[in-house]
Amino acid sequence: MGAFLVRRLSINVLVFFLITIAIFALVHKTPGDPIAMQIPADQLNSGSAEFIAQKRAELGLDGSLVTQYWHWLTNALHGDLGYSLLNGRPVTEVLGERVGPTVELMGVGLLVSLLIAFPLGILAARRRNSWLDYGATVVSLGSVSVPVFFVALIVIYVFTLKFQWFPSSGISDPTNPSLLNTLHHLVLPALILGFGNSGPFMRYVRSSMITELGADYVRTANAKGATPRRVVLRHAFRNSLIPVLTVIATNLPQLLAGAVVIEQVFAWPGMGQLAVSSVNQHDYSVIVGFALLIAILVLLSNLLADVLYTVVDPRVRLR
Amino acid sequence: MTAERDPGLATTPAPAATPGSGVAATPASRAVPAERAGEAQLLRIEDLSVDFHTDDDVVHAVTGVTLAVAAGEIVAIVGESGSGKTVTAMSVLRLLPKAAEVKAEAIAFRGTDLRTLSAAELRKIRGGPVGMIFQDPMTALNPVMTIGAQVAEAVVLHQARPDKKTAWQRAVELLRLVGVPDPAERVKQYPHEFSGGMRQRAMIAMAIANDPDLIIADEPTTALDVTIQAQVLALLKKAQAETGAATILITHDLGIVAELADRVVVMYAGRVVESAGVRELFAQPRHPYTKGLLASLPRMDVDVDQLDPIPGNPPNMADPPAGCAFHPRCPLARDRCRTDRPPLLAIGDGRTSACHYHEELA
Amino acid sequence: MTATTVSAPAARTPARAALRRFRKHPAALVSVVFIALVVLAAIFARPLSGHDPNAIDLLSARSGPSGAHLLGTDSTGRDVLSRLLFAGRISLGVGIASAAIAVVIGTVLGSIAGLLGGWVDGLVMRLADVFLSFPSLVVIVVVAGVLGPSVLTMVIAIGLFQWPVCGRIVRGVTLSLREQEFVLASRATGAGPLWLMRKHIIPAALPPVSVVATLAVAQAIALEATLSFLGLGVQPPAASWGNMLTDAQSLTVIRSEPWLWLSPGIAVALTVLAVNFIGDGLRDAVDPRSSS
Repeated sequence: MGAFLVRRLSINVLVFFLITIAIFALVHKTPGDPIAMQIPADQLNSGSAEFIAQKRAELGLDGSLVTQYWHWLTNALHGDLGYSLLNGRPVTEVLGERVGPTVELMGVGLLVSLLIAFPLGILAARRRNSWLDYGATVVSLGSVSVPVFFVALIVIYVFTLKFQWFPSSGISDPTNPSLLNTLHHLVLPALILGFGNSGPFMRYVRSSMITELGADYVRTANAKGATPRRVVLRHAFRNSLIPVLTVIATNLPQLLAGAVVIEQVFAWPGMGQLAVSSVNQHDYSVIVGFALLIAILVLLSNLLADVLYTVVDPRVRLR
Repeated sequence: MTAERDPGLATTPAPAATPGSGVAATPASRAVPAERAGEAQLLRIEDLSVDFHTDDDVVHAVTGVTLAVAAGEIVAIVGESGSGKTVTAMSVLRLLPKAAEVKAEAIAFRGTDLRTLSAAELRKIRGGPVGMIFQDPMTALNPVMTIGAQVAEAVVLHQARPDKKTAWQRAVELLRLVGVPDPAERVKQYPHEFSGGMRQRAMIAMAIANDPDLIIADEPTTALDVTIQAQVLALLKKAQAETGAATILITHDLGIVAELADRVVVMYAGRVVESAGVRELFAQPRHPYTKGLLASLPRMDVDVDQLDPIPGNPPNMADPPAGCAFHPRCPLARDRCRTDRPPLLAIGDGRTSACHYHEELA
Repeated sequence: MTATTVSAPAARTPARAALRRFRKHPAALVSVVFIALVVLAAIFARPLSGHDPNAIDLLSARSGPSGAHLLGTDSTGRDVLSRLLFAGRISLGVGIASAAIAVVIGTVLGSIAGLLGGWVDGLVMRLADVFLSFPSLVVIVVVAGVLGPSVLTMVIAIGLFQWPVCGRIVRGVTLSLREQEFVLASRATGAGPLWLMRKHIIPAALPPVSVVATLAVAQAIALEATLSFLGLGVQPPAASWGNMLTDAQSLTVIRSEPWLWLSPGIAVALTVLAVNFIGDGLRDAVDPRSSS
């Protein structure tokens, strides 16, 4: 198991560094003087020419592209992502306060999608070609096909405007930020995000379960006198988890795509909303910081997938 | 037969059979539950037909198979792959996929027609009085469950009061019984840590876990190395002798048949073509297909060069030949064989044959 | 289980069998008709709508559906129906163009990986993994942020993120073909890789690639709509189903002018759903094992 994980880890870290090069290329593409992204705006405006020249030398901006990349990367890995072009605040700080709400939204959204995908996928696999299976297929195709923003508008129309059951803006009421109020605000965005991601997950669960239910060991379990419930949950399900968990973990970054849109519609103060507004306001330093954050998320998800794989499959665990 | 029964096998009261009565003894005299005295056979399959429905075709995998197994008896079902022998065996415990349509006059075990049982009642039979052993022990065991958990599951599913602890102890005992060394440690291992032979031993342990009256073994040694085959066969023999269970042995290997079986049923293209006691069948086959099988069997006294495999291939079951299904490959075939299907007839000596010209082979 | 060979009766070519299976998929058949109508509507957008999609008419702004404007007008009085029809051109165009890019890249890289094998194969497949593990929408948001939003950037970016699925399939087909004798024979006679691709790989990969290409079109249409909705795709005044909904982000519009967001939303949803259904039907037709 150790060797497997070490190999996977080194591949992933290598890929991560290649991606930081791509991100640096983006930095290089941004219009304007790169020094503006790396020192606060007030220093830039008030500083003398010597001061700025000195800073430029410190930041390696006079050197070759390789030196510049190296300076940028070491700074970034030390948590220094430069300063927002918009308000001069450190990018790490600007991004940092947005991570929490997005993680909250993605976490609950993931939970919702799994709660939809697993039962439906397992039932569809057990009753193949039944109306339930067809229904599940339609639900999953629907969740893939109907764009998240349109679902969001419908849901707001029905549940916020018509029935007035749930709020449709913000993470909580500023005057009453209790846990209950926060949860109340979370319901619609999390349900929509979860529904939007349940389709692919459900298909994975279904096809994996179909494969496992046809396996020889399932016949053995039946021949031992196990109940259908036991055959499905104790035998087939655990085996089906091996590919499914890996797929889910590597797909975690895809949840961010839904989150970007949902945060926009629901005025949810997360990273996605920050990214879109930074793009609209040309705040390049924040955009680059956001890109780096995506790369880290992808790296972590891939590592999580590898770890899960070794945990669930004894054949890998003991190798 | 063994006088000292292993204590592990005796935790449930032994059936009415006396341990001393050997397999060779008249089968009908053994292990018939009192309430079913009228039923001479342990298992009786009558006129079984199994069709598989695909998108385009219906495949008649099994047609009109009648088969009886007496208590304690070892019956071998022999045939090439595709002959319907596995499907016949799987239909007993309703282990066929949903696409299979099973029709029969009777599939009676200890006098009860298994088709009338509810799913819950059938589960009491599966793995209880009827144990099964499958062909490939690699795929037939669950890769993510320990061997111990899988053997213990076979036990716990049939305990009146499920008790994991005693089931686990029994699993260790069973593994020791089937010759797994250091069972207390190896119960914690996963199937991939077992060799093929050891995995098949674990399969056998699960099959005999609840002291069955009938063991159905589907090609139990086919997936194993030749040296391991002999060990597993010896174990099967021992397990059969000690539990006194009747056995249906599905195989294409006549060597195994000669070594283990009391009686042989030969299947071809989904039908029984011949049945006889093992000695009689080997001494004088009464169906040209059986004769062909025996001719292709390597023997000590015959040079390998003289082996005589049956020419041609098994028929396409979606579109079997008219008349006798064997006629395209049969050296005795005449015009009649191309149009009239020979019925399976009793030909004396407790034997049956489905050949128009079986007398020519006598 | 018994391995019984079921030979198909003669005179049944694979293509015919596939067509027969496709016809058994009612949702896919309805979808084909629907998509045909959408394509026709996009082509004949001008005669069908009777309005200039960009004609501003402030006097009749925000009016509901009526005889003059079947689907009402938007905040500057432009006719929603005509914008919807013209937007269809962009959506379908972006969808097909992106999928085409993905198929070309995927076919080239997939066959290179399959034919050369070794470290090239490893590299290409690793690259595919990397592209697949990134959320394309988010990356395109970042790229559009730096390079500025444009339809061309969007089409290329979407295509770039969709090639791995196609690439894997073509690689698999190539690998299995490599085992076959006639390909070995044609290599022995000195056939070049391009010839191999045209003569053997592409015909063999066509059925499964047609499935993923269809699904890629659906995904690209949805992505385009989402990006345009976020203001990072098709830029006004050009109409796109996504940017027609951008105005609907206020509760007032959602509540009181539903025609503004319902019609483009339904247009995207149904189009993407229909293309996905066609892909689903194609999959069943091409690979019968996947369904029953």
